[in-house]
Amino acid sequence: MSVLSCRGLRKEFSGHVVLDGLDLDVAEHEVVALIGASGSGKSTLLRCVNLLEEIDDGTIHLDGEHITDPRVNPDRVRQRIGIVFQSYNLFPHMTVLDNVTLAPRRVHRRERAAAEAQARELLARVGLAEKAGAYPDRLSGGQQQRVAIVRALVNSPRLMLLDEVTSALDPELVGEVLTMIRDLKAQGMTMVLATHEMGFARQVADRVCFLDGGKVIEQGPPEQVFATPTHPRTRQFLHRIIEAGRL
Amino acid sequence: MRTAQQPRSEAARERTVHRRRQTVRSVLIAAGSTGVLGTLLVVAVTGAPGWDRVRASFFDPGIARAALPEILAGLWLNVRLLFFCAFGALALGLVVALLRTLRGPVFFPVRALATGYTYTFRGLPLIIVLYVLTLGVPGLRLQGMPSVLVLGGIALVITYSGYLAEVFRAGIESVHPSQWAAARSLGLTYRQTMRHVVLPQAVRRVAPPLLNDTVALQKDVGLVSLAGPIDAVRAAQIATADTFNYTPYIVAGVLFVLLAIPLIAVTDWVTLRAARRQAGG
Repeated sequence: MSVLSCRGLRKEFSGHVVLDGLDLDVAEHEVVALIGASGSGKSTLLRCVNLLEEIDDGTIHLDGEHITDPRVNPDRVRQRIGIVFQSYNLFPHMTVLDNVTLAPRRVHRRERAAAEAQARELLARVGLAEKAGAYPDRLSGGQQQRVAIVRALVNSPRLMLLDEVTSALDPELVGEVLTMIRDLKAQGMTMVLATHEMGFARQVADRVCFLDGGKVIEQGPPEQVFATPTHPRTRQFLHRIIEAGRL
Repeated sequence: MRTAQQPRSEAARERTVHRRRQTVRSVLIAAGSTGVLGTLLVVAVTGAPGWDRVRASFFDPGIARAALPEILAGLWLNVRLLFFCAFGALALGLVVALLRTLRGPVFFPVRALATGYTYTFRGLPLIIVLYVLTLGVPGLRLQGMPSVLVLGGIALVITYSGYLAEVFRAGIESVHPSQWAAARSLGLTYRQTMRHVVLPQAVRRVAPPLLNDTVALQKDVGLVSLAGPIDAVRAAQIATADTFNYTPYIVAGVLFVLLAIPLIAVTDWVTLRAARRQAGG
């Protein structure tokens, strides 16, 4: 059974259709990369899956549970999905440790000591042990994004959504974040990531989905999509990417 | 921050010498212009034809000493009222702001009520609210009616919370939607997000204007004397009526400024800290 299953998703913002009958399935331990031009609906799709946006039509199932049913409590669904944003969105008034332990303590009602021990261990694993007491504005972009990933991970989510997580980073900081995502894949995390990093999508993704006009118009293993794209729109997109020197 | 290093090159040394000379020059100019302006003011006031009479009726040390105990007793009332009214107004203002930001059709009546509240009490002159509460409400002759002083305090709280609610609301709305998204995505509820993520940032951001309104409140608490209780200004008025001399007003004025200094200093410090935090980002 797939972890995530989207059927006929439709989302419009004041008349502008962003998702137009989109279907997507993600199997357990699978890493799916969403590629496509800006405005093709990648971020909107991730926000809809996390119920941060209400869909206008279609259904989303998480582990077989219909999560876009209006009777479902969205807070409980979100606890099972981690999302990391392009602009980190750390809480600036909290230390790194408080950022990471906020959800365990307030949502899962865990003891402070236990939550902090777990947070420190996770931070240490990504080389941020000594930053536990620091405020986000004292961290580099790469460090902030790694904290944001840890913050999403402490909830032990079934599914991680990564929304352009390296787009706001200086080139020399991209590597540390990508390494972390690679480790997550090695641990078997199910992930959907929207990305402009074609090289990374090719390395880490099991499947690449090309979004255009609010639909997945081509998908397959990265080597196939990147080497022998069948849809003219995909070919056009990849051509532009190659011209820009990003593949 | 790096520590200052000893300038090495000839050019750097010259720049340092030049800058030091400039600093000395500006200090001297500032001292000179202050001295000139101060002297001019003193000469203008004390040299005025009516200065002796003004001095006698506004700056009489004997009368000042005699009136001081009464005025201080009145000032103590101001201080107590300020303390309770400031906390009351901050608490009520926060509640009204939170009610105004609630989303969803269920909360429409609450939201409308909170909005109406801020419109009404920001528009209504404080004196009218005071008269209604301290003169009108006791007229109902209800059992357990609080004292005029408490009713006056309530009038102040009601009026000021209207302003403070809008300051709080501005703070809440200034927190970027991405902070909401991040908190909700972790599974936090609306209330948890407000309590742990949005409000702490909002309050920090609007602390300077909140404190500013508290400084203004400090002067307005004296208006309860319209209903009878004797505050510092009222005590000065009584002393003035006794002696036909305005010195007690000057005494009360000086005391008010002294009282305001710590509050204003705190406001400046908080503002500076907020600015520094933002610059440090």
